[in-house]
Amino acid sequence: MQIAEGVQLVTFAILSILMLGAALGVVLFANIVYSAFLLGGVFISMAGIYILLNADFVSAAQILVYVGAVNVLILFAIMLVNKREEFKPLKNGWLRQGSTAVVCGGLFALLSAVSIVTPWSISTVSPLSSSVVPIAKHFFTDFLLPFELASILLLMSMVGAIILARRDFLPDDVGATSTQDSLTLPERPRELAGK
Amino acid sequence: MNSGIDLQGTFVQSLSDFGISTELAKILWMPFPMLLMLIGATVGVLVNVWLERKISAAVQQRIGPEYAGPLGVLQPVADGLKLVFKEDILPSKADPFLFTMGPILVVMPVFLSYLIVPFGQNLVITNINTGIFLWIALSSIVPIGLLMAGYASNNKYSLIGGLRAAAQSISYEIPLALSVLAIVLMSNSLSTIDIVQQQSGYGILSWNIWRQPIGFVIFWISALAECERLPFDLPEAEEELVAGYQTEYSGMKFALFYVGSYVNLVLSALMVAILYLGGWSSPIPIELLGNLVDVDPTSSWLQVVDASLGIAMTVLKAYFLVFLAILTRWTVPRVRIDQLLNLGWKFLLPIALANLLITAALKLAFPTAFGG
Repeated sequence: MQIAEGVQLVTFAILSILMLGAALGVVLFANIVYSAFLLGGVFISMAGIYILLNADFVSAAQILVYVGAVNVLILFAIMLVNKREEFKPLKNGWLRQGSTAVVCGGLFALLSAVSIVTPWSISTVSPLSSSVVPIAKHFFTDFLLPFELASILLLMSMVGAIILARRDFLPDDVGATSTQDSLTLPERPRELAGK
Repeated sequence: MNSGIDLQGTFVQSLSDFGISTELAKILWMPFPMLLMLIGATVGVLVNVWLERKISAAVQQRIGPEYAGPLGVLQPVADGLKLVFKEDILPSKADPFLFTMGPILVVMPVFLSYLIVPFGQNLVITNINTGIFLWIALSSIVPIGLLMAGYASNNKYSLIGGLRAAAQSISYEIPLALSVLAIVLMSNSLSTIDIVQQQSGYGILSWNIWRQPIGFVIFWISALAECERLPFDLPEAEEELVAGYQTEYSGMKFALFYVGSYVNLVLSALMVAILYLGGWSSPIPIELLGNLVDVDPTSSWLQVVDASLGIAMTVLKAYFLVFLAILTRWTVPRVRIDQLLNLGWKFLLPIALANLLITAALKLAFPTAFGG
């Protein structure tokens, strides 16, 4: 397995460099839109590393959830906020940035020391052809409660989104409807018959 | 059921016989399916553009392209060449890097998704176990490219178009994924090969469309919305938004968007064919025909016929759906943005959820019919 290992090593190097570079870009760029786009790059490189670890389902889920949902949401928030503001350079601004750099560097050193010192138990079992079935088995046995709680949370938010989308909110009537029962949402009264 | 022809196995085997190591033979094999995929997708786009021109002409009682080649089949080639040689304009206040990255990010995931489209038992680039899920994940990268293009153009129409495109594709991705989930529930697998296998038992009768009619309609509507085809082409909307996020693009960068949208349409049609119309299996099972005329099911010429029939079936089904999409485009008016989002969130999403629930219940109640 000479060639396969070489390919793996090169891919790992490329993905790591991409991820670290993009992550540094997220933090260091002054333009927030660049940061948001580079965040997508970080997520995609992480998905690549998951594939190298034989976690194909996790990597696809990573792309779907983080790139497709979280990152798009962040970009939406940035692009819908139309606020232009001039930021004056702070006096002694370098002090903040310097202390942030020191703290981040210390954290990095600590975490890398931990990850080097810890004796990781590296499994020698050959990887499974599919990770979907074992993941599902864990979900429905020893991780049942967290899985169900998370799914109920997501279902609640989805039902909430549908309810919020279904009501016709009238901005003009906000004052008038405040006399209503405080638990009902201000909304347009439904026509009984079709228009 | 025999496995049909295995081109990779044969190629690797014959190279190994020449004394080349198996690994090297596998690496030498790799470029062929990739090139084939690129060429196939591009030819698919050319056919699609020609069909679009001819069908739109027929709908409007015109003749359409006629002089470039027989029946005007070379017209899309001429269009493509024109786009290649057009000047590549970069607007002066645009963001050059993001402006270039936008179209690339839109096109790449779409081409990559062809990895999982099977044309036969072994006629697929990779049979990965997360197949259909990978397609959904990859298609969720596209809105980022659209937002990037819209933002980098530094044009208000482009920005609004990009935002609309992203809003549309994230809101229609949920019903799409839920209807796929119902299929996955019935096939017990995310792999596209297994999904087709599961519906190949009794020819046309075992196709998923009979068991998932609601899911089929939801999937097709959502797929059209994801491709930004006309009832849902709000992000482009030439009459109101000039052309949305494509406004500032010209030349090859515009061609990338153009190619991307058509490749995406063909891909969606292929996905409908695979998920609901039995993929490569023919309406009458080929084994039945083989038994009728009494041929050996392992004979090599039958396998070649089987494979070509499989490819032809998949492409036929996909292009039938493309035909429907083109006909829809030229006969149905555009919806408004609020109608579009209402349809997605208030109508398709609850129905897709109910469909998933009913499928799960039916699977528990009738495990034989709904893949126990």
